[in-house]
Amino acid sequence: MGNNIWLVIRREYTERVSKKSFIITTILVPLLMVLLMCVPALLAVFHTSDTQVYAVLDRSGIVAPELTDGESVTFVSVNMPLDSLKADDAFAGVLVIGSRILDNPADVQLYIHGPGSMDTESYISKQIKSIVEAKRLEAYNIANLDQILDNIRANVILSTYRLDKEDESSTSTMVCFALGIMMAFLLYMFLLIYGQMVMTSIIEEKNNRVLEIIVSSIRPEQLMLGKIVGIGLVALTQIVIWMAILSTLVGVVMPMLIPADVAAQMSALNAGSLDPASASVDIDLLQTISMLGNIGYMITLFIYLTIFLIGGFLLYATIFAAIGSAVDNIQDASQLSSIPTIPIIAAIVCATTIGTDPNSSLAMWLSMFPFTSPMIMVVRIPFGIPTWQIWVSIVILFATFLLMVWIAAKIYRVGIFMYGKKPSIKELIRWARYK
Amino acid sequence: MSLLTVNDVSKHYAGHTALDHVSLEVNEGRIYGLLGPNGAGKTTLIRIINHITAPDSGLVSFDGHPLTQNDVVNIGYLPEERGLYKKMKVGDQALFFARLKGLSKADATARLKEWFERLEISDWWNKKVEELSKGMAQKVQFIVTVLHRPKLLIFDEPFSGFDPINANILKREILRLRSEGATVIFSTHNMSSVETICDDITLINNSRNILTGNVDEIRTRLGRDRYKITFEGDPRALLAALGDNLAEHTDEIISERENSVTLRVTPGFSRRDLLRTATDAVDVTSFGSALPSMDEIFISTVQQFNQNN
Repeated sequence: MGNNIWLVIRREYTERVSKKSFIITTILVPLLMVLLMCVPALLAVFHTSDTQVYAVLDRSGIVAPELTDGESVTFVSVNMPLDSLKADDAFAGVLVIGSRILDNPADVQLYIHGPGSMDTESYISKQIKSIVEAKRLEAYNIANLDQILDNIRANVILSTYRLDKEDESSTSTMVCFALGIMMAFLLYMFLLIYGQMVMTSIIEEKNNRVLEIIVSSIRPEQLMLGKIVGIGLVALTQIVIWMAILSTLVGVVMPMLIPADVAAQMSALNAGSLDPASASVDIDLLQTISMLGNIGYMITLFIYLTIFLIGGFLLYATIFAAIGSAVDNIQDASQLSSIPTIPIIAAIVCATTIGTDPNSSLAMWLSMFPFTSPMIMVVRIPFGIPTWQIWVSIVILFATFLLMVWIAAKIYRVGIFMYGKKPSIKELIRWARYK
Repeated sequence: MSLLTVNDVSKHYAGHTALDHVSLEVNEGRIYGLLGPNGAGKTTLIRIINHITAPDSGLVSFDGHPLTQNDVVNIGYLPEERGLYKKMKVGDQALFFARLKGLSKADATARLKEWFERLEISDWWNKKVEELSKGMAQKVQFIVTVLHRPKLLIFDEPFSGFDPINANILKREILRLRSEGATVIFSTHNMSSVETICDDITLINNSRNILTGNVDEIRTRLGRDRYKITFEGDPRALLAALGDNLAEHTDEIISERENSVTLRVTPGFSRRDLLRTATDAVDVTSFGSALPSMDEIFISTVQQFNQNN
């Protein structure tokens, strides 16, 4: 009989893994994810819109000489009547600065042909603001003003160190948050997609009456478990391939792209000897790269992700299996399947809140409650919470799964041979008690 | 020797009784017909024999011991509603089911090739089931059912969906399987197939076993005092001559001149008496005992049962 459950697992697995749709999504999704990460960078590269020339009619005579050209904005100081400037298509627009700009900074007008650009407008107003502020300061006639200003300028960089960790490693809360949310989202997707796959597959077997033949060779509970394990292995295969592709990209491609000075600063950061003020690169970026490159950390995360994926999938798949066995078609299933869908969605909704404060008591309890714990725990884990909490959560999750299997198997055994009527929840409970 | 014994089995579902103290005995090497109207409880009984569901009370014995899960490898079951995975290839699928029944891969492949050749479907091996017609899929399913050479074969309406040619092939194969030692249980409403291949039958109606026994014996028993007379002349003259000795009759006009009456006489009124009375009354052209068809037995037994309850 153990041999039979293995046959069912193998059939479920090979039938699904050899499907074209599986192969395509498995390869395509990580590539799309990487592409998505690159999009902001690509956008920045391709963002260079044509340089626009603005005519500046400076009635005060103070602002125009100080205006500096930006990436996409060039200023030309002119002295012509406004009406003729407005009519001139050679300029993208006309900037008119009032004669008493220092007393009345609101006296600035921008006339443009066509729709405006937020970038340009904020660039112009920022420039004028700083020019006016500088001119006003000058009016106080303070000696060594430039030097004083330089002295008072402060650039605060907060470096966070964990005291409860042996190596007092530098961590970035932002990176932890991003990693956690990403993993929670991944789990959310997998639980829903693969959980429902179990359900539809059972409904299909019930509809085309394959069940009667299989069940005359193998116990219904074994068939259910074989199906769940088989589909679970498909999910596992997919996530392992995804992680392999992603880590290859991160581990092999990223180091090649990092400039030498950044790499040097990164190793200084890891050694704890980096002076943040002297860093030429944004410290957040350094920490991100450093954490992603921390192989031990990433492997730990991946192992926990896998454990929670397995536990969460097993728990939800048994519920979906029970539902699939109880109904005749997908339409009838939709209502009942909202029961397991709600906690999954609730968990992903809570995930962002949990991510901003991973040690709150809400976070603690939701990460212990088995129906939300997979999604919530993976949000908390990157922040480095106590290991015992993770393991308590895992034990609760798997214990609940065992309990659920016991109930689901009973519903399944009765449900698969019930045709023609949709059961109520009350009836499902009765089936579960059925000897 | 009996291969399968069903002893006083009852099964209740919420709201209705599917089987009510049913007993029957299937002897080894026989073809056993399980008859009954729709909803009589046949499928429930088959599921119990297949160890898919458990009876509420009563005992099912297989090969001399109480039926257990381990016995299912010795049973081949062809359900009424055929089921195959639509997206799976025929060969892979047949292998999967064969291996579920405990055959090794090599064994299963060899036997499948042999069967596929015998039923002339070898070129379907790599087709998906959804590409097959209904009858074709049923052939595949039949092979899957019998491949592991079970001691007991259970066919639920095996001929439905087959054209006469393929139905004949199937019948030939079923008889061949029996000659190789298999015991067969047939669940069907198709009474003509019962007459031609079943050795024994049980008729289930309203969850109860209302008629059981050997087909020939049942037909002879229920056909006692039943005759068919063909004659020239007025049927009313014949019926009047029989008077009180006539228990029941059905008339039939064969041609302008010829009539035929199938009738039952009261016990004690002998064949000789009947023939004498008949020849006196009309011009008899043929005379013989009329065994009832299984169809007639089915209808009259069920009607009689329903009237009494």
